[in-house]
Amino acid sequence: MKNKSLVAINDLSKEEIIKILDLAEEFEKNPIQNILSKKVVATLFFEPSTRTRLSFESAVNRLGGRVIGFSEAANTSVSKGESLKDTILTVANYSDLIVMRHPIEGSARYASEVSPVPIINAGDGANQHPTQTLLDLYSIRKTQGTLQNLDIFLVGDLKYGRTVHSLLMAMSNFGATFTFVAPKELQMPSEYKIYLNEIGLKYTEQTDLNENLENADIIYMTRVQKERFSDPVEYEKVKNVYVLREKMLQNTKENMRVLHPLPRVNEIHADVDKNPKAYYFPQAMNGVYTRMAIMSLIFGLQ
Amino acid sequence: MTQKKQLNVSAIENGTVIDHIPAKSLFNVISILGLHKFDNLITFGTNMESQRFGKKAIIKIADKYFEKDEINRIAIAAPLAKLNIIKNYEVIEKRVVEVPDNIEGIVKCVNPKCITNVEAVTQKFQVIDKKNVSLKCHYCEKITDQEHMIYL
Repeated sequence: MKNKSLVAINDLSKEEIIKILDLAEEFEKNPIQNILSKKVVATLFFEPSTRTRLSFESAVNRLGGRVIGFSEAANTSVSKGESLKDTILTVANYSDLIVMRHPIEGSARYASEVSPVPIINAGDGANQHPTQTLLDLYSIRKTQGTLQNLDIFLVGDLKYGRTVHSLLMAMSNFGATFTFVAPKELQMPSEYKIYLNEIGLKYTEQTDLNENLENADIIYMTRVQKERFSDPVEYEKVKNVYVLREKMLQNTKENMRVLHPLPRVNEIHADVDKNPKAYYFPQAMNGVYTRMAIMSLIFGLQ
Repeated sequence: MTQKKQLNVSAIENGTVIDHIPAKSLFNVISILGLHKFDNLITFGTNMESQRFGKKAIIKIADKYFEKDEINRIAIAAPLAKLNIIKNYEVIEKRVVEVPDNIEGIVKCVNPKCITNVEAVTQKFQVIDKKNVSLKCHYCEKITDQEHMIYL
């Protein structure tokens, strides 16, 4: 991975994924190190993202590096009409690594082709967000002790949700069984189901969140967004159906954990927060260790 | 003065005949090859009856022979096209087009939020289905199928 960009989760082999997770584990044991002391990391956020940006900046700071950048495009040369290429070529002069979030799909791949310094994709529109997937994998492995043969429930917007698509592709390396829980309008696209059939992994689909939760090792919640529905009546019908409540966790396995990429709105009721099976805030913490591991591998440091 | 006026589009002395073009793709093929910028004698016929296509089109280009890579570019618009290479009114070679693994330029990505539709970036695709011709964008990873192809 040294000096390489990270644009999409499928750019990484299974071995590279495991290497990142192993290194993240080391950083969790020893999170304050001075290994980035001579490095400048640019965080270019062309659209806002609190969690991703802050966790990258936290990771750089804790490893002794410096951060430059912006958190929205409004007050930058971009608002004057500068092209992405020009912005990247300019910022590459000032930094050793560029972390970029951009609303346009494919922007990160393009940036990685024009940039003389490595690019980490921190989200390009609805396309890819590989560091989120890696922190999800880290959280799953940490809570379950393994990535092999787990029973994963993916809940909510499975049609448009890029995090669930990337997680599915990554977990398919490890022999998972999937349950897709979604309203009819937001079911998992057929291309992913065809893929699972091809590689011989089992999945089932259900519309009721209350069913079969006792089988789950991981319940991965996502938000059902109103703007995804063409018919507002349909949204009103389902909006309260995909809300996880504490009482629904009663018969779930001891090892089961609830994950969510955050921000949550109302799809996980606040009464779940105090349950030890709620893992979404520690999951956000894991994002720092995972990003430390990714950056130090790209810099060729450990 | 009863001599019938006839337009001779049938034979060329030297050049290339591209046959079995789906009629609806004729102008796409013309634009992919840039024939509208040629000075050569070019004739084409369209909406001709064909058992295979319903309606087909044919293009005859005098004094022009195409390189393989050049002609394979038309494969996404006319995957079953056949080429006859003509010398001295004789067909000296017949060729078929091959759908390439990757293409650059030629068509737009269907995704309006793709970087190639926002900045001056050359379109690049992986051909993921050679039979029905569907293209996966190298940048945004969305699929452009034949039905939604817009030629540059």
